[in-house]
Amino acid sequence: MDAAIEAGAVRKHYRGARRPALDGFDLRVAAGSVCALLGRNGAGKTTAVRILTTLLTMDDGTAAVAGCDVRSDGDGVRRAIGLVGQNAAVDEVLGGRANLVLFGRLRGLAKAAARARADELITRFGLDDAAGRAVGTYSGGMRRRLDLAASLVVPPSVLFVDEPTTGLDPDARREVWATVRRLVDDGVTVLLTTQYLEEADELADHVAMLRDGRVVLEGSPAELTSLVGETRVEVRFATADDAAAAGRAAGPYAVGPVDVDGVAVAVPVADAGAVTGFCAALAATGPAPLDVAVRRPTLDDVFVHVNTVEEVR
Amino acid sequence: MSSLVHDSLLLAGRTFAHWRAQPVPFLVTLLFPVLVVLMMGGLFGGAVAGSAGDYVPFVVPGVLALTMLFGLETTMIAITTDAQRGVTDRFRSLPLHSGAVLAGRCLADLAASVAALAAMTAAGFALGWRWSGGPGDVLAAYGLLLLLRLGLLWLGVWAGLRAPGLEAVAAVQIMVWPVGFLSTVFLDPATMPSWLGAVAEWNPLSATADAVRELFGNPGVTGGSWPADHGQELSVIWPILMVAVFAPLSAVAYRRLNR
Ligand SMILES: Nc1ncnc2c1ncn2[C@@H]1O[C@H](COP(=O)(O)OP(=O)(O)O)[C@@H](O)[C@H]1O
Ligand SMILES: [Mg+2]
Repeated sequence: MDAAIEAGAVRKHYRGARRPALDGFDLRVAAGSVCALLGRNGAGKTTAVRILTTLLTMDDGTAAVAGCDVRSDGDGVRRAIGLVGQNAAVDEVLGGRANLVLFGRLRGLAKAAARARADELITRFGLDDAAGRAVGTYSGGMRRRLDLAASLVVPPSVLFVDEPTTGLDPDARREVWATVRRLVDDGVTVLLTTQYLEEADELADHVAMLRDGRVVLEGSPAELTSLVGETRVEVRFATADDAAAAGRAAGPYAVGPVDVDGVAVAVPVADAGAVTGFCAALAATGPAPLDVAVRRPTLDDVFVHVNTVEEVR
Repeated sequence: MSSLVHDSLLLAGRTFAHWRAQPVPFLVTLLFPVLVVLMMGGLFGGAVAGSAGDYVPFVVPGVLALTMLFGLETTMIAITTDAQRGVTDRFRSLPLHSGAVLAGRCLADLAASVAALAAMTAAGFALGWRWSGGPGDVLAAYGLLLLLRLGLLWLGVWAGLRAPGLEAVAAVQIMVWPVGFLSTVFLDPATMPSWLGAVAEWNPLSATADAVRELFGNPGVTGGSWPADHGQELSVIWPILMVAVFAPLSAVAYRRLNR
């Protein structure tokens, strides 16, 4: 598969900074996929996006977007990309529609074509009622949607979205997610940065975890979660004796050591059959549990794992 | 080249759309110099020239030059706001001609200054100010005023790009006043202590104020010193120097924004 984004050994040390913001950053994003660059504040996400979108020059390394080298063919990169920066970068004084017309015309659309495209995007992004209002009066979610629309006036082949939902309420966040998903249906390659595992899990085919300026772990969300362990059934009882009895009953269904801790039992299981089998055994013979939960490992566990383990690879 | 013209006209058009959307702040910047003339004429006119009416022919051309200095703040606010909000980054991520964003700013701010000069001229006429110079001289005077604006524009662009935040603009807003007063805009430097007079005479604002007074045929300063006697030359040299220094610095700062 063709790579829409390719970065190799990228290094960037800001003047005056204590340590490099990117230090051996490698990334390959297949055309038509969604990659989430996941990392905590200061991991280097924005720096990576700014280098790949030609806003910033790197000290060392190579990077190409849509087949264009970011250093030698900046214009080629800029013609191929859309950028939604960390802060909604739209004109606050103009209305939403006027913003889209302006960006369309700056992308070389004729006046009539820019207007038609603006109307189309306004409707598609649910901004009809606010199209003529100054963007300064928009809510955070509306602004984000306009920001996304502005990066799509001329459909990009690669879209960069830097922390699209940071600071948004849950409703607005879901709106943005829905928008990103629709883009993917249109075949756009998306590089999205986020601090939220849930977001990476929801949207991405490929997750790259960034720490201290380099990708420390990558793979599909399923591959990453399988790295840190299995599904567990967690059961609580009224007494420690009940818990110990349940721990013994769990033996045949567990794929690893059963963990009995006071009144709580945690049983690692391989599949759904083991879960129902264990529950049936409890119902038939064992004491009555107060609470039963099935817990799958989440990207959260991976995140914690990566951030506590010193060296992953 | 045609993409430079096309893109910068579009970006200048964005500023014109701002004026239409928010006419009040725009009108305030147009009328503020008029307020300054009324205030200074009323306060100092009697003391300086015997009466407010006699002060008008001296102070109106001075404030025309001062109006160009006020434009510095307009430029800096616009540039800093866009840089801080990420709008400049969005422009930089588009396949625009590399000079278009700053050229668009220049066009829009020069247009605003033409409007401010027109407003101040109309107010001057209402207060009894007249020129006696020929049409060529009068046009040359307005040309010199806009040339000063062009020099200050690039200073504003550079300062706006380098500013850490909008708070820095407040510092410039304050600095405009000592620079305005330490010039020949309001007073003849002959009335100042000699060291202060020398500072005022070398002020680029003074060069333009002196030069346009002469071109308009209005009363000027006493003169006698080199800068006071070479206002015409300095009114061309200062702005060209400012453009020569700050336009390249701005281009570098624009490419390196936020490094
Ligand atoms: N303009 C800058 N000058 C100096 N240091 C910077 C600059 N921008 C970012 N940094 C530093 O580089 C590191 C990575 O920053 P950034 O890419 O913004 O991370 P993220 O987007 O993941 O939060 C941080 O330590 C940050 O403090
Ligand atoms: Mg960031």
